[in-house]
Amino acid sequence: MSSDTTPHDQAARHDPVYDALADDADFLELRRRYRSFVFPATAAFLAWFLLYVVMSNWAGDFMGQRLFGNINVALVFGLLQFVTTFGIAYLYSRFSASRLDPLGAKLAADYETGKR
Amino acid sequence: MDHQILTTVLFLAVVALTIGITVRASRQTSGTADFYAGGRSFSPVQNGLAIGGDYMSAASFLGITGIIALSGYDGFLYSIGFLVAWLVALLLVAEMLRNSGRFTMADQLAFRMKRRPVRMAAATSTVVVSIFYLLAQMVGAGTLVALLLGVDSQTVKNIVILGVGVLMIFYVTVGGMKGTTYVQIVKAVLLMAGSAVIVVLVLAQYGFNLSELLGAAASNSGSGQAFLEPGLKYGVSLTSKLDFLSLGIALVLGTAGLPHILIRFYTVPTAQDARKSVLWAIGIIGVFYLFTLVLGFGAAALLDVSTLDASGNLAAPRLAEEVGGGAGSTGGAILLALIAAVAFATILAVVAGLTLTSSASVAHDVYNNVFKKGEATEAQEIKVTRIAAGAIGLVAILLAIPAQSLNIAFLVALAFAVAASANLPTIVLNIFWRRFNTRGALWSIYGGLISAVGLVIFSPVMSGAETSLITGSDFAWFPLSNPGIVSIPLGFLFGIIGSLTTREPAAEDRYTELEVRALTGAGAEQASSH
Repeated sequence: MSSDTTPHDQAARHDPVYDALADDADFLELRRRYRSFVFPATAAFLAWFLLYVVMSNWAGDFMGQRLFGNINVALVFGLLQFVTTFGIAYLYSRFSASRLDPLGAKLAADYETGKR
Repeated sequence: MDHQILTTVLFLAVVALTIGITVRASRQTSGTADFYAGGRSFSPVQNGLAIGGDYMSAASFLGITGIIALSGYDGFLYSIGFLVAWLVALLLVAEMLRNSGRFTMADQLAFRMKRRPVRMAAATSTVVVSIFYLLAQMVGAGTLVALLLGVDSQTVKNIVILGVGVLMIFYVTVGGMKGTTYVQIVKAVLLMAGSAVIVVLVLAQYGFNLSELLGAAASNSGSGQAFLEPGLKYGVSLTSKLDFLSLGIALVLGTAGLPHILIRFYTVPTAQDARKSVLWAIGIIGVFYLFTLVLGFGAAALLDVSTLDASGNLAAPRLAEEVGGGAGSTGGAILLALIAAVAFATILAVVAGLTLTSSASVAHDVYNNVFKKGEATEAQEIKVTRIAAGAIGLVAILLAIPAQSLNIAFLVALAFAVAASANLPTIVLNIFWRRFNTRGALWSIYGGLISAVGLVIFSPVMSGAETSLITGSDFAWFPLSNPGIVSIPLGFLFGIIGSLTTREPAAEDRYTELEVRALTGAGAEQASSH
């Protein structure tokens, strides 16, 4: 590609080692594992958050129910958002350390030996 | 008069401390990797604290407390949205960006797109988002200092805004990313400690019983139980409910598109460290937003809310004065001065991060890569960063002066909406979609940016309502103050349509390297060794 060096154009084509890595079974597995965690998790926490906002808007009676003292459903629902956020963050850190990092480290090492 | 001397001393101490840190950091800084990314050598704990310091702005501390104090439970949405948003950054963005970029948001696009146009676009949205965010901080600073000096003088507020502007230019031109990071770490510690003290003192008045605090807030607010339920501020009509929904969406999707947050991921050695720093940040920020709940309802319970300013921005320092013993008491004066100094430190740390980010983008993306075709020396690039910091500081000062009537949490929410509309779609599509290309990136950045800003211009924020910036004329045809519900889907849609209407084989080809690098770290920028 002669246009590689024109400043308006893309960066130069990459080291072919990346093509080899992209086809590596370990890489495909890494991508599958990563996506199978983060896509459902993202969908879940976004839906859970939107449910909270929608309920606040359109389910005022339910959210206003008092559970004990002046603590109502709305407050507990809000605090549960904190709990789920901490929980998902914790689960992801465990998942990525045990299921993603070893594969990533191996592929990064393959890159070091295979690069030009 | 005594408390004003004390306050002045504490403010000067904060300023002196940050200047000292900055000067010290400047001695360890050479070259662009140091100047923009702190040598990529911060630890996850340090970076987690700095992220917290960068993120928990005056909008969070002063703005959320004020909104809860005035409107009750509805203000809590800000706290929740600001926190949940971190999962987007953790799961989808932080590690990917650390592995595939160098200094700015644009790097990761320039990886596979036509470099000059995407850098220009990314720099534009970086500067726009940062300036919105800067306005909020500077308005907060002006209000705060005027309160402390006990004068409601516009001149004083303007002088403070000018002073903050000069300081932020100083931090960036002298200290670079290292100086900025240390300022943010110190601020995060001060803010957490200061708000913890107030939270404990508030709770102590109610025997550490949250229910009693809430009850007192409800009865003192004059709204009764409705104060503790959603809907007081946003529940009045369908329009206001949609506004609330729109706000929620912008908050949760905006964080991972904020340029000054994104560049913090470059300051650590590896993607694993980027992940760990986000985990630390989530912990710190989560605790802080729990504090805001107590601060807000505490202010509602203990202060005469009718004497608060209309935006509520002063609720937090006034609450500190109250729990310290009330106006006129020594304890009250000390706590007021302390919390005001903490809030001031908060503002300074955030403006430093914002100014660094936007001026780095101007120098690295626009000056070096667009005009100099990537051939500028590091020294030239840093010099341009310093000039850009001056220019951005000046623009922020000039815009902040007329913006002073707006609630600062609301101003920040606008910055979130722009970030979520212009930046997040581009970042996500770039990392996860091979077919994404230059046209798609340009459409999503400019389309998202123009939609978000345009809708604000034609909203009640600008005209047609009592609280509008422009009075006397009405050109508001978009009914919502928060544009996100429309502009964020538009940002994604523009990106997808732009990509599908053209093919760019080179962008698809280079996606291979981007993806491998993003997921494995193979070939990612290394920490610089000193």
